[in-house]
Formats: sequence, structure tokens, C-alpha cells
Amino acid sequence: MTKPLKQIHLAAHFPGVNNTTVWSDPRAGSHIEFSSFARFAQTAERARFDFLFLAEGLRLREQGGEIYDLDVVGRPDTFTVLAALAAVTERLGLAGTINSTFNEPYEVARQFASLDHLSGGRAAWNVVTSWDAFTGENFRRGGFLPQEQRYSRAKEFLATAHELFDSWHGDEILADRETGRFLSDAKAGAFAHTGPHFDIQGQFNVPRSPQGRPVIFQAGDSDEGREFAAAEADAIFSRHGTLEAGQAFYADVKSRVAAHGRTPDQLLILPAATFALADTDAEAEELAREVRRQQVSGATALKHLEFVWNRDLSAYDPDGPLPDIDPEVGDDHIAKGRAQVRMYRDPLATAREWRELAEANGWSIRELVINTGNRQNFIGSPATVARTVNDYVQADASDGFILVPHLTPTGLDEFADKVVPLLQEQGVFRTEYEGTTLRDHLGLAHPDGIGDQRVAS
Amino acid sequence: MSSTASSSLHLAVALDGTGWHPASWREPQARPRDQFTAAYWADLVTEAERGLLDFVTIEDGLGPQSSHFLDPDERTDQVRGRLDAVLIASRVAPLTRHIGLVPTVVATHTEPFHISKAIATLDYVSTGRAGLRVQITARPNEAAHFGRRTIARIDAYDSPASLETVTDLFDEAADHVEAVRRLWDSWEDDAEIRDVATGRFVDRGKLHYIDFQGRHFSVRGPSITPRPPQGQPIVSALAHDTVPYRLVARAADVGYVTPHDAEEARTVVSRIRAEQDAAGRASEPLHVFGDLVVFLDDDPVAARARRERLDTLDGRPYASDAPVFTGTPSQLADRLLELHGAGLSGFRLRPAVVGHDLRAVTRGLVPELQRRGAFRRAYEAGTLRGLLGLARPANRYAAV
Repeated sequence: MTKPLKQIHLAAHFPGVNNTTVWSDPRAGSHIEFSSFARFAQTAERARFDFLFLAEGLRLREQGGEIYDLDVVGRPDTFTVLAALAAVTERLGLAGTINSTFNEPYEVARQFASLDHLSGGRAAWNVVTSWDAFTGENFRRGGFLPQEQRYSRAKEFLATAHELFDSWHGDEILADRETGRFLSDAKAGAFAHTGPHFDIQGQFNVPRSPQGRPVIFQAGDSDEGREFAAAEADAIFSRHGTLEAGQAFYADVKSRVAAHGRTPDQLLILPAATFALADTDAEAEELAREVRRQQVSGATALKHLEFVWNRDLSAYDPDGPLPDIDPEVGDDHIAKGRAQVRMYRDPLATAREWRELAEANGWSIRELVINTGNRQNFIGSPATVARTVNDYVQADASDGFILVPHLTPTGLDEFADKVVPLLQEQGVFRTEYEGTTLRDHLGLAHPDGIGDQRVAS
Repeated sequence: MSSTASSSLHLAVALDGTGWHPASWREPQARPRDQFTAAYWADLVTEAERGLLDFVTIEDGLGPQSSHFLDPDERTDQVRGRLDAVLIASRVAPLTRHIGLVPTVVATHTEPFHISKAIATLDYVSTGRAGLRVQITARPNEAAHFGRRTIARIDAYDSPASLETVTDLFDEAADHVEAVRRLWDSWEDDAEIRDVATGRFVDRGKLHYIDFQGRHFSVRGPSITPRPPQGQPIVSALAHDTVPYRLVARAADVGYVTPHDAEEARTVVSRIRAEQDAAGRASEPLHVFGDLVVFLDDDPVAARARRERLDTLDGRPYASDAPVFTGTPSQLADRLLELHGAGLSGFRLRPAVVGHDLRAVTRGLVPELQRRGAFRRAYEAGTLRGLLGLARPANRYAAV
């Protein structure tokens, strides 16, 4: 028996502050000016994407005690950009990362409810956690949160925000001129939350927004993160973009949702995916190699090696062999504000493995970093990429992808113009938006159980 | 300062829901249900821009509106609920081209780091038209929305204990603004170098830690957002007495005050100038705007009747911290020019009914002032600082 074809969900990640983003290309534009964001968002909307995604970081990265200067540095405020993008788009979902450690629920709930009103129901929140004292130095409370409590705080933060969103039901505003009643209930917005992280009470002051609550994304990959997502999230922003890893992750997370009283279709799996597109597969392979070399300069390669070695390697030649000294193992890391260093749980083993790889292949430091780092997920002609994207989704490696172009702001153009039409021809991607809200695009139920009939915004 | 000639009178409107009179939502021109939509705010700000106004402010708060000065009132006959002002401003920025956008931010429970990047970003989104109006809150219910601190209850404005509480909140607001301003300067204008030869995206020598240490918070910096187009977006604050006058004098580009006549205006301006001297900012431009609530009609009898009708609906006479003007656009022009002569460089008008009085400002008052040569006939600057006659400031961290 064949399953019915799944519809693919596509989103666009505005190029961020990692070395994925190639700023040295002459076509690379501003990553701060609003015109770049508008251009990028309008491309995504023209291609009928589900949503646009903005990442966030609350402190400039440092390495070796200095601000890291090899990647794009700096970005605008997430909420403010998303609200402005609502003015230059009509249907595109607007998703942003907002940290649950260095914010308070009342304020964040106001901002998301406001964004949802101001966009007519297009807001989404990627809930992230952090605990580090490094980031905390920019905030009132400093590094107050022990690492082991970060998910506990995130969970309670989200639960509290939901209590705030739900404190208005949607029918309180009468605005009846004759009787003079504006509100049906003087207690509209009343809430009280008591827990280990938040002890707050009072009245929320933003009426129920079009989507009821923003769509919730989660990006953590640990066992705890997966459990959190299975319980709370509408979509997971995963990093498992290959077929096998994607299928394993997909099966794992979708199997967890039943324990939380949910069905698998209530949690979408959307890995981040990079791509290299050209007229032919051979040209795309060539382009992919070229972009990888742009992404990993010699200087960048040394800095990436430091993520594992955790010591100053500036004296090494990036075109020479790997260091014969061993990594410095310890809690205090040379790279600050960078989540990926935690992926190397056993740096001594990684160093050993990399030295063997480099020796076996005759790789320099730079070649090693290029080859062990993130190769583009999709490489090929538009036909090849469209086929691969569709195959992955139909094979349950994901429900779609969050595309991460390497160029600002034009990096999405080719995908939009050449790949999307092929997916549309195959009947696996929308040719028009069917609904007005992001929940509509993602096929998610409204929390109030309202079907397609939505309360007018 | 640009406010020597009468033609340099500045005008702003203060937007708040359906208007400043609590019964304003019941007027036929009011759109009480629409105030939670983007289209509503786009219409208001576009109308203000049509009148060539310098800027709009947008009210906000961290709790429901209340007719009581300190506690929630549980009334159901007035507008309750509002959207985040910074996001409203950002939502309308791409739809407007000239007018300044000045949302209210509350300093008491918020993070200077977040506020700084939000307003910097509003400045990018509006290409140089952003500002903020800083406000404190002593409301116990709003403190309970955050659950992080308790603020001593203010029983009466003039008790020594209340004065201490209020002074502390305003001092914190001054610290907040200082941290926000330092973060705006924490990137020099030419910090982004994109030097392909060396692979460096920024010159980190032009990024600065701000290391702000205050009684309520410390902030390390630098900002994650580069220096905004205006360098320093506008900071403004409403002030009624010595303690807030001091905040205006220490931290603001525009202060809003509420004198009821020309003599009081002179006194207020001189008190602010004295605080400005004391703060070592005597040479810096600082606008002092008069706030007025306005009921405007072509017939003064109609304006009075409208006010009375609204008062009857609300069940009591309207009272405000600001003087309440009821009359014709021409009479208001007389009043403004008199106050202008007493040292106020501009005015922030609070429309009693926004659906009526905003248009009366843009289509009645503005042409009247133009006829008298007292107001611009076209936008003559591309940024809010430019409209206010303020130069783009040097960066405090840049080597001279």
C-alpha cells in the first residue's frame, strides 16, 4: 500500500551569524538594514513558504578573550523586525527565537500576543534556553540559572506564557456604545501562577490574539529537549538533515508524543537545511565545494579547531597538519556564547579521530574542517534538489525543511524560482496560501478548537 | 537649538487607545474594536504624518489601564487592554516615511539590553525616526506581574517615604537610559569593515564594552545591534515635579511638561534648565514640550458640548495631569504660541477622542499654524533628530 503524498512545509532562515553565511561574496548585502529583511521575506512569501525564521543571540561571541570577528557580527532585535515584516508581507508566518532565561513571561507573552494581533495571526516562538553567566552579564540577574535548571525554567516559562495567553478567551470585548460596557468581565486577563521559577499574579493586558497562542517551536536536541518538544511544541527545528539521521530523529520524537496525550501530526519535524543549486548536478557539486571554501577560510578553520582543542592554535598553519598536542579538557571554554562546542563531549577522542582522518586523507587543517563540517544538505540541479527534498519528506526524514541560504538577502531566490515550481508540479507544495494564519499553513489546530472559521482579527 | 524662530514650533500627538477621555470609545468616530489591529494604528500614524507632525508617542503599560493612580479599578466601562507600543511603532514604520515614532517603554521591570536593541532596530526599520518615551511604574500589581521585587506602596505623593520610593524609581530610570544610550554607542559607526583580505567582518577595536554598574543592574555590552542610523534615537520623558525634571535634565532630548499658563511654563522651563546645569548638560539641546489634552471643534460651543457629553457618559468631569483645552483650532493656535513665547519649544497634544481630535489637529490646527508662519509646510529632514533640529551626535567611545 502506498501512503498518500505528504505536503511539504518550507521555511526560510534569514542568514545568521555562523560561518554558513558568506559575507565575503560581492553580492552579500546588509544583514542589519530592514530592506534586506523585507527582500528576503517577500521572496519567501512569493514562493508560498510557511514562515520566515529569525535566530537570536544575546551576547557577541568571543574566543580567546576577544570578540569573534570572522563571521557576520551583530543583528537587529527579533520582535521589532518581525513586527515590521508584518507590514510588508500578508501571509508569511513570522517566527523568532526568544530566550526563556533572560526574559520574563509577562513581557514575552505581551510581545508575542501583540505580534500575533499586528500580523493577523502569523506569530511563532522558538523557545530556547541558556544558562551561561557569559550572556547573563548583559542582564539584571546575571548568570543566575544553574545549567540543570534551564529546561525546568523553559518549561515553566512556556506554561506560564500559555496561562497568560489563555487568560483572555476572546469574547470579553463588547465595546457596546449603548450600554457603555467595554468589557464583559472585569477580571479579563486574570491569572495566578506559583512555581519554582515564577510566582506571579495579576491581569494580562493583551486580549486574545488571532491564533490564540503563537505557534511554538523547540530546537533542543538532548533527551530532555526532545521530551520538552514532544510535550509542548508544535514544531521542532532539528539539525538532522540527512536521510538516516532524519528518519531516526523523526521516529524517536514522533514516538514520544503519545505519552503526552498528543498525536504525531501535532508535532512537525523541520530540520535546517543548506543547499547548493546550479543548472546541472556537476555544476552544483562544484558550487558546493566553492561555497564550503568561502565558508571555511584558513583563519576560520583554526578557530573551529579551537572549539575542540580549547586552546590557542593561532600559531598553526591552516594549510599544514593538525596539531600534535592534545585538547585542553575543562569546563572553562576558550569559545564563549557558542552552543556548538558542547557537541564535542569527548574532545580527546574527537582530536584522535580527526588526526586519523587527516592522515588517511592527506588533509590539512582547513581541508579537515571543510570535510568534517556541515556540507550542504541538498546539492544539485533544481530537479535533483526537488526530488531529494520530496523523497526525504515522503520517507519520513522530516515534514519539510527550514532552508538556510548562504547569501543575504538574495540566497533564497533560486530555490524560490526553480525548485518550488517543481514541487508544486508534483503536487506536494501549495501553489496558493489556503488560510491566513501560520496555524493554517502548518495544518495545526487552533487552541480554542476553532476550525477554519477564525475570529476576525 | 532651533526653537528661536516661531516657525520652529514642534508638534507631536500622544496616541492612546481611542483617545484620552475615558469615554472616547463611545463616540461615533471611535473604532474601539479596531484598536487591536495593525490597520487602526497605520491609519492614525498616517493621519499624523499627513499633518507634518514631528512625531507620535504611543502609550503603554505593564498592566491593565486604570482610573486609579496606583491600583487596578476593575471597571468594565472603559477601554482595557493594549498592544506593545514598540511593536506597534515597528509595524507602522514601513508604512510611513517622515514622522517620528516614539513608543513608551517602562524602565522599572525591563532589561536595558532588550530595550536598547529594540529601539535601535526601530531606528533601522524606520530609517532614522525612532525614539522612546521612558516611564516608571510604582504600581504594586505591575510588580506582581514580574514577581521579582516589591515596591514600597505609595500612600500619598508628598510623604517622605513616597518621595524616597519615587526618587529611587526615577534614579533607576536614569540608569536605564544611560545603559541604553551607552549600548547605542557600543558600536562605532564604521565598526563593520567586511575586510575580505584579512577575513575580518568587524574591527573589534570599534566595539566597546559599556560596563555599566548601577544600583539595580549592571550591563557588560556591547550591544548585539550596530549603532542605529541616528546614532542616538530620541529619549523623552513626561515630568511633573523636581524628581522627574531631574530625569529629563539628565537623560532626555525632549521633556513633556504640564504648565497651565505662560507664567507656570516659564517657571517649569527654568527649573529644568537649572537641573540641566546641575547635571553638567547646560550646553546640550533639550526640548521642553507642553502637554495638552485637546477637544477641538470649529465651533467652541460644539467642543464644550462634546466634552460635557463624554463627561456625562463617564459619570464624572474629566481630570488630567495636563491642562485640558476645549475650543477651536484657531484658539488653540493662540494658546500654543503664547506658551511657545514662554519657552516651550513644542507641544504634545493628547487627542480627547482620537477619531475626531487627531484630524482636527492635522487638518485644523496645522493649517492655522502654517498661516501664521509658525509650522513647517513640508518635512524638511529625513530623521527625527533632524526634524527636532538635533545634530547626529558623536560616539562617546570613538577616538577623536
